[in-house]
Amino acid sequence: MGNFDRKLIKFWEIFYNNKGYIKVLEGLKNTLYIAILGLVIGIIIGTLIATVKVMPKYKKLPRILNAICDFYVGLFRGTPVVVQLLVAYYVVLPLLGINLSALTVCVLVFGLNSGAYVSEIMRSGIMSVDHGQMEAGRALGLSYRVTMLKIVIPQAVKNILPTLGNEFIALIKETSVVSFVGAADLYVAFSYIGTNSYEFMVPYLAMALIYIALVMIIASLIKVMERRLRKSDRRN
Amino acid sequence: MIDVINLKKSYGDLEVLKGITVSIKEGEKVAIIGPSGSGKSTFLRCLNCMEDPTSGSIIFEGVDIADMRVDINLYRRHMGMVFQQFNLFNNKTVIENIMLAPVYLGIHDLNVMKFKNFFIKFRNIFSKEKKPLYEINTTREKIKADARENAMRLLKRIGLEDKADVYPSTLSGGQKQRIAIIRALAMNPKVILFDEPTSALDPEMVGEVLDLIRQLADEGMTMVIVTHEMGFAREVATRVLFMDDGRILEDNTPEEIFSNPQNPRTREFLSKVL
Repeated sequence: MGNFDRKLIKFWEIFYNNKGYIKVLEGLKNTLYIAILGLVIGIIIGTLIATVKVMPKYKKLPRILNAICDFYVGLFRGTPVVVQLLVAYYVVLPLLGINLSALTVCVLVFGLNSGAYVSEIMRSGIMSVDHGQMEAGRALGLSYRVTMLKIVIPQAVKNILPTLGNEFIALIKETSVVSFVGAADLYVAFSYIGTNSYEFMVPYLAMALIYIALVMIIASLIKVMERRLRKSDRRN
Repeated sequence: MIDVINLKKSYGDLEVLKGITVSIKEGEKVAIIGPSGSGKSTFLRCLNCMEDPTSGSIIFEGVDIADMRVDINLYRRHMGMVFQQFNLFNNKTVIENIMLAPVYLGIHDLNVMKFKNFFIKFRNIFSKEKKPLYEINTTREKIKADARENAMRLLKRIGLEDKADVYPSTLSGGQKQRIAIIRALAMNPKVILFDEPTSALDPEMVGEVLDLIRQLADEGMTMVIVTHEMGFAREVATRVLFMDDGRILEDNTPEEIFSNPQNPRTREFLSKVL
């Protein structure tokens, strides 16, 4: 174990004395930034898509929208997120002639990607809400949109919160590939420490522990939220 | 008040309503009876376009609401509906259930009027003839306060004012259905449609719901009730429609239908259920 002590000391040297922790904090911030903003964008896009998919389809517009949504979901579920990142950063942006930072691209790609997954989660949530809820709202003279927003979606979200939590956790872990386009996340920070101390065992172990801690914190936050949303159930 | 003209409804190849023509006048209490699968509920649900009719028209206050171009939401405000499964909003407390539609629609209308006034003001700057503004004599706060007061008054009426802030999941079926009825009443509807209001209730709770419906009937509310409670139909209704196989086979006063049915199908049905 003397060997491990030496490794620990080397790690500490770079981590603390050489200000490696600033990079780690920066990476942690970016990881959370991408995951949280990505999830928010994902929930917005996913809810819109899910609403389109459950709309009654005897008019033309919903059918066209539905086809677009199907294409979108197929596209983003059909390719790995790394490929999407690379294509967005090295193909789409240059073609459009737009200049965006790697971090912004990551947020957008992860948002669009999780939108495709959240849309299916949200759709199952909306379908789990009794159709009578929609009918009752419509019978009172509320429009489809208002009933959806005020009655159906809040109940759907309550039902899918555990699955949505899963999606968030998956998102946090998936962000570990953003270094492919040069964004600085936890992986970049710890491999910087590793490279500078010629020693990779401790930095990568620390990285794993940070991911585990993050996920556990999020899981408990979800539990708290779930308990609050369940107050309209008889058993609480 | 409601004139139904040659109403037809099919689901794919299955024709559920085969041409219904009936006219419901203000103040009438119409009970619809008939065997299951006869199209009673479908007919009732067509009256406020919960199911879009395949053909035919439904004239409500002079407007054909079966026409897809009509904004059905405006007319549904004046047609309350009570469901077999109550359908209280599970994510709202009792009082929120009652207040939601009056408050939302009230504020919505207020905003629309403000928006229109804004454009009229803008237009009046440039044109010689000044258009009058819409008169606005209410505010968001007033709409909310009025709705709350009205909701509490209705809750008091059914003796459930202490349940105002609980969620529907803690209520009994009878309580839920009575709240569903006053939720419809809170919109001041011109007619209320009841879709088998007591069929999902435990027997001992049927009475309290029927009592409330009876009270409304006595106050002169126009209502259309699909029901299996023959005794209730006989007592409360001013008119009974017997439906079978997507058609109205008999349309008469309750006394006539129950004591002297003309149609053999009616006779057969009544002999089974009475």
